[in-house]
Amino acid sequence: MLTKRIIPCLDIKDGRTVKGVNFENIRDAGDPIELGALYAQQGADELVFLDITATNERRKTLSELVTRIARHVNIPFTVGGGISSVEDVNVLLNAGADKVSVNTAAFRSPQLLNDLSREFGSQCIVLAIDTRFEDGDWFVYLNGGRVKTDTRTEDWAKEAVDRGAGEILLTSMNNDGTKQGFALDITGRLSENLNVPVIASGGAGTMEHFADVFEFAHADAALAASIFHYKEMEIPDLKNYLYHRGIQIRF
Amino acid sequence: MKTAIIKYNAGNIRSVLFALERLGMQATVTDDPEELLAADKVIFPGVGEASTAMNYLRERKLDQLIRDLKQPVLGICLGMQLLCKHSEENDTDCIGIFDLPVKKFESPVDNLLKIPQIGWNNIAGLHSVIFEHVPENSYMYFVHSYYAALGPETTAIANYVINYSAALQKDNFYAVQFHPEKSADAGQNLIESFLKL
Repeated sequence: MLTKRIIPCLDIKDGRTVKGVNFENIRDAGDPIELGALYAQQGADELVFLDITATNERRKTLSELVTRIARHVNIPFTVGGGISSVEDVNVLLNAGADKVSVNTAAFRSPQLLNDLSREFGSQCIVLAIDTRFEDGDWFVYLNGGRVKTDTRTEDWAKEAVDRGAGEILLTSMNNDGTKQGFALDITGRLSENLNVPVIASGGAGTMEHFADVFEFAHADAALAASIFHYKEMEIPDLKNYLYHRGIQIRF
Repeated sequence: MKTAIIKYNAGNIRSVLFALERLGMQATVTDDPEELLAADKVIFPGVGEASTAMNYLRERKLDQLIRDLKQPVLGICLGMQLLCKHSEENDTDCIGIFDLPVKKFESPVDNLLKIPQIGWNNIAGLHSVIFEHVPENSYMYFVHSYYAALGPETTAIANYVINYSAALQKDNFYAVQFHPEKSADAGQNLIESFLKL
């Protein structure tokens, strides 16, 4: 059976991980490769590296980093952050990334999704959506959650899949950072109405939250950052818990 | 030992190279017939679309060259599908080492089955020397919309609503639908066993 995936997310700035303290088994918690390899060894099913570098050097730094990750990490990984063109994606896939995630640029010019899926195949194109619930519905936000749009999240997700997005990475801004659990309703609505995998993100605080988003919202994967980085939860314990809850998981 | 990776218009070659590097092995990426024929092992990787890939191989007569290879050959993902007889993907005649059809996954109920299958699935019924250090029911990483049916050459079975061939073997031809280069230790062990053949 296909398993549910557990995906740690690492924020990268100038080639270094931004969060992450107190790991006994690695020398340098700021080194994305060491941290990524540690998560892989602990049983992470995939990794996401999100680049938040704002300098002009970012493109070169990132592609070099991607190659170093690809050399050392033996599980699949996605790279995202500021990707806006076919050429950006070409550079990152050639550097060794398995998938890329696009967000604001795809919303601004949706044709990008058609172009990317035709050029590289849908399987490596992840559409990231930041969403917030207000006035009775879920809306798309851009630019890292700073810019509101009037587009309903369900509408954009559906259009994006029609245009060639191969997976949806859905982050609920209402839940992100709260540790009160994932947004089950919108995650469930997307999972049930789209024929591509949905990765739930935002709100993970307990192991039960992961079980809930898999069982009740039918998410295909769940992503979390700080609970792993600050060792509030260890991946082997989480997988053990999910296994005993009867959820298909990889050991 | 010389390992050659067949160079053609399909992705993920670099991932395979890196996986070999992690095992302390080097490989040449080439479409040169002489180099391919002279290699001790040949890896036929691939992420992409069947008809585009077959056209590329035929134009360079690499399809016939692959049929003629006598050393151990490992097809990966699209590489495995191209070693089959025919693919439903744009109605493509393939290389035909394995007399099997490649079909598209179909969801029995809308959106129940996500296509492509992306993620870790277990493989069972393992019986090939490349699984010597891969335990029964190991998880491997799959990304695919099409699958090879079961047949006498099936050496591993996976299930995604239906049972299909996760691996095939006939004579010197080995093939896996999953990505051993991305399948953590289990995948690494498989590649190592293949290189030791």
